[in-house]
Amino acid sequence: MIEKELVIIGGGPAGLSAAKVASEAGMKVALFERSFSLGGQLIKQTHKFFGSESQYARVRGIEIADILINETRKHDVEIFLNATVVGLYKDNIITVYQDEKYFKVKAKAIIIATGASEKFLAFENNDLPGIYGAGAVQTLMNIHGVLPGKEVVMVGSGNIGLIVSYQLIQAGVKVKALVEAAGHIGGYLVHASKLRRLGVDIITNTTVKRAVGNGKLERIVTVKLDDKWQEIEGSEEVIECDALCISVGLSPLHQLLSMGNANMLYVNELGGLVPIKTCDYETSIPHVYACGDVTGIEEASSAMVEGKIAGLMAAKHLGFIHPNYDSLEAELNQQLCVLRQGPCGEKIRCGLKKVGEIYD
Amino acid sequence: MIEKTGAATIELVKSKFPDKHVLVRPKAIIECYKEIPCNPCETSCPFDAIYIGSDINQIPRIDFNKCTGCGICAQACPGLAIMVAMIKDGKAYFKIPYELLPLPIVGERWSAANRYGDVLDKPCLIENVKKTKDRTTIVTVSIEQPYLYEFATIGSKL
Repeated sequence: MIEKELVIIGGGPAGLSAAKVASEAGMKVALFERSFSLGGQLIKQTHKFFGSESQYARVRGIEIADILINETRKHDVEIFLNATVVGLYKDNIITVYQDEKYFKVKAKAIIIATGASEKFLAFENNDLPGIYGAGAVQTLMNIHGVLPGKEVVMVGSGNIGLIVSYQLIQAGVKVKALVEAAGHIGGYLVHASKLRRLGVDIITNTTVKRAVGNGKLERIVTVKLDDKWQEIEGSEEVIECDALCISVGLSPLHQLLSMGNANMLYVNELGGLVPIKTCDYETSIPHVYACGDVTGIEEASSAMVEGKIAGLMAAKHLGFIHPNYDSLEAELNQQLCVLRQGPCGEKIRCGLKKVGEIYD
Repeated sequence: MIEKTGAATIELVKSKFPDKHVLVRPKAIIECYKEIPCNPCETSCPFDAIYIGSDINQIPRIDFNKCTGCGICAQACPGLAIMVAMIKDGKAYFKIPYELLPLPIVGERWSAANRYGDVLDKPCLIENVKKTKDRTTIVTVSIEQPYLYEFATIGSKL
């Protein structure tokens, strides 16, 4: 069996940040990423990020990915690409699937930064070709340069729905409407205003009732919802479109942690099943840490800070003290506090309280 | 309403503008209506005219006495929520961040749109196009002064 000091599962913003800090603390890091490239969702993000300078505010996501990837090169992090971790077992052993082969790795510590997967929406004919998740649209468009359609309707007004709509417009696609089941826009208003002034109709209290088309999507039928999210009879409307993009939230990719029998809790505000963890980000499995979206759905800015904390702590518990440990620990926790402080952070603060983290 | 439509009402817009006599010089109009964790406008301003403070969720406040209308914040704002406005010879001038293709060319007439995306009755003239390294282009346009509070962006070439 291959033996490693620190194994990081997931090469997105959290995993890459963890790798950087743990390496700086002197650990030998092996990072496993199931995709063909590092960066996670960052490589699809063409917009400038929010936050403050320490989280690369005003830098485009794809450029943040470059910065983080370069850091791992600088620190000689051992990178395994196209390597899916399919099992987490006792004594910190994982099974990796790569090049049609399985192999086992034993680690002194493991950081789980697997991120999240998209939620989908149940409606009639939701399997018609032309109906995508927002992540798939970004992958097609921003990685492979393929347009998902000519006329798109977006479902969901969270930041992802708003940002992907804007990217569709930038790519020359007509965004016919953005529908949102709630009574108000979910994401940042500045993103919504950008769409609105470009002529996108933002329709609240509305959802998709069914998709219609012969072999592929041709139109959708929307329906209005009342305050109790019940369909209002007779409020159906038809929108012609050849693509429908679903962006109704994410849920943590908890499967490895669940398989390893970590103590888990279903927390709605965090997007689903998340691990209970200590303030050092250690799960109930000794020396197995978790950070980023797998511990609760948030912005990439927070995932990067969490990754750094997990890297710092995983190293510390094995006796690798980061040269700037004290200042870094205080500073990173302060950064998280600030990111979660405002009204946008209310949901995450409420969710984290349920798993024992307090931000008041 | 803006929480439903994404468009600021004219009252909200006016609350972000200084008095008209101040606009004989260019000033940044910061249309940040909701607290989000973000502060590049403050950190990018070379004149310390924008204040947010240590809680980066606070809505930016601008000191129009210090603001020179340089437009650096308009380029820095990740939300594309800042424009620079000025009044001169009966016309309103705007510097806006623009991230679509094709880019306008100086001298062209383009349709103008309000915050709801409705096309305005009068077109605007492209006065300047400043390409930048970070790929947010700053476009300067002029339009008749009565559209001062209505103009939001350029639509398409006429």
